Amino acid sequence: MITFNNLFQKRILVQDGAPPGWRFREVELLTGTGLTLWRGANCLFDKLSFSAAPGGALLIRGPNGSGKTTLLRVIAGLTLPEEGEVHGNGAPLSRRDESGRHVMAYCGHATALKPDLTTLENLRFFARLSGYPTDSLGELLAASGLVACADLPARVLSAGQKRRAAFARVLMSGARLWLLDEPQTNLDSAGRQFLERMLQEHLATSGTAVIVAHQAVDLGSAPTAVLQMGETA
Amino acid sequence: MNLGLGGLFWVVLQRDLMVAMRRWSDICNPVIFFVLVVALFPLALNPRAEFLRALAPGVLWIAALLAALLSLNQLFRADIEDGTMEQLLTLPYPLGLVILAKTLAHWLVTGLPVVVVAPMLAITYHLPADAIGILLLSLLIGTPTLSLLGSIGAALTAGLRQSGVLLALMVGPLMLPVLMLGARATDIALSGDDPTGPLYLLGALLALALSLAPPAAAMAIRISAD
Amino acid sequence: MWTWFFQLASPPHFYRMAASLVPWLLWPALLLILVGAWGGLVLAPADYQQGEGYRIIYVHVPSSYLSMMVYVTMAVAAGIGLIWRIKLAHAVAASCAPVGATFTAAALITGMLWGKPMWGTYWQWEPRLTSELILLFLYFGYMSLRSAFNDLNQSDRASAVLALAGVVNVPIIHFSVLWWAGLHQGPSISKIDAPSIAFAMLWPLLVMILGFTLFFLGILAMRVRGEVLEREFHSRWAQDVLRGVSRVEAA
Repeated sequence: MITFNNLFQKRILVQDGAPPGWRFREVELLTGTGLTLWRGANCLFDKLSFSAAPGGALLIRGPNGSGKTTLLRVIAGLTLPEEGEVHGNGAPLSRRDESGRHVMAYCGHATALKPDLTTLENLRFFARLSGYPTDSLGELLAASGLVACADLPARVLSAGQKRRAAFARVLMSGARLWLLDEPQTNLDSAGRQFLERMLQEHLATSGTAVIVAHQAVDLGSAPTAVLQMGETA
Repeated sequence: MNLGLGGLFWVVLQRDLMVAMRRWSDICNPVIFFVLVVALFPLALNPRAEFLRALAPGVLWIAALLAALLSLNQLFRADIEDGTMEQLLTLPYPLGLVILAKTLAHWLVTGLPVVVVAPMLAITYHLPADAIGILLLSLLIGTPTLSLLGSIGAALTAGLRQSGVLLALMVGPLMLPVLMLGARATDIALSGDDPTGPLYLLGALLALALSLAPPAAAMAIRISAD
Repeated sequence: MWTWFFQLASPPHFYRMAASLVPWLLWPALLLILVGAWGGLVLAPADYQQGEGYRIIYVHVPSSYLSMMVYVTMAVAAGIGLIWRIKLAHAVAASCAPVGATFTAAALITGMLWGKPMWGTYWQWEPRLTSELILLFLYFGYMSLRSAFNDLNQSDRASAVLALAGVVNVPIIHFSVLWWAGLHQGPSISKIDAPSIAFAMLWPLLVMILGFTLFFLGILAMRVRGEVLEREFHSRWAQDVLRGVSRVEAA
């Protein structure tokens, strides 16, 4: 049985003989302080603060339109907050890791798959960007349940399969911080299990995850904080 | 660590070319449009050889500029819509380099075919061989500048629904110096004079655009993806 | 110094301050323009070559000077807004564009009116007019990009990038137009040679330029007030202003 951690370890060994610990930087404390954002005349959040310790998950909940996705995009650095800042490990997260390692993996509603490329070609691009060994892609596809559609153009994939491909991309990134926007959308029960297992292993290896979720996510024993949005709106 | 900057450039370039190859119409449309525009002038004006010859530098350059303007709309649009841009934006790499790779890929599939076809069309306009050489050279130096300038406009409008005319209106005036220099270089060669002056100036504009346009487009794409 | 700066940039403070500033800009502007017009149209002698027709420079030159000045002001304000994220600067940039476009149109129209007696035609592809025309396109592009966004924040930042790209291009466009015009030996009349111009003709021109500049600043202050009020519509101080509460407290 392939565990995701095995996939990481393998990648490290293949990589450049670096000591296996290099990618697991000990502390990656994620903090947001005083975040404020207005959309037109609507205040999405005002002086919002949160933190997530390594090995812990932060669940963002709230009704539609309460700014959950926007908050996740603020953490990812895709949206500029009007005030406040997001820090990873005490340094502004917007300042990227200069060693070229992925600091974060963002998985939004859009799956970033090119409809005309096959699943494998799509994933190979991200594998090369994140330095994941492309010859291990087969195992990753097997673990994500995508072997059957490896050579199919992404446009014929079902919504759930596209989501699994997006998860495979998150796994490949090797990032310590995962930002997942409603990851359970379109997933069947096997897909949900896959997601939960992958999250549990990520948190068990002291990764951090911020998840926008409507339904309950079983994160095992990992410490989980809940950020309830929508009171201010 | 994993991927040097050159590697990043190459990976993005290769992927964009691969995506373009899967959709032939994206490659063919700008060049077909270019041929169409060039063919309109003799039909609307006058097919006499000496008249067309005087017209050729301007017509070919205007057609190349229009083809560039029309194709630019698609430069970042698909990436914004399918979420690829979100991924590129959260990469720990300089975004300007990614933009430069994408712009080069775009020029290779839309600009280069125009440059290649231009001499053949110049023959139909009875342009002499040495002027055709200068036309080819000026297009080869000038059209990448058009793509680079256009990348700023394309990045600014990539998130908007209706942007074709807006993009042309924004970027068109910025492209005028390239048009003037390129057409004039060919014109000067046609009248038998030395066109190196405008060609050097075109080269200077290319160097300027290479250094300034990618960071500006990177800033613009961050705004558009917001 | 910085606290002063940020206080100035706070919308309610600016709103109050600009209100008291406007009369100090517009009345002197009116006075200067009247003096300049009197000097230019009455006191200055007729040109021995161009006759009375040259007098349109007293509108044309200030307009074309401001058409460029306003673009630069707009780009600088946009750049400040983009880098330091000062909303007031974006409001200034947004307010500059229509004013600048109007000055550009005025410069074009007066240039054409001047062209009729000079060249016998309203339009001549002459470098100054051509540059002015391209500048008008730049303003149009900026304004239509601004109006294309639904989100004000996005619209501010995107148009700022365009303004900066434009301001880098303005000198390039200007010099390539000069080069282009130099190749075509058209009927180019050197309109104004500053050193050789007679003093009686020059001083009204300088007064007019100063008057136009003050006029621009006054109009700008008025427009920015309106812009700020519209942007801060939901805030308490703006509601107070709109309800006619005379005492505007900083929100």
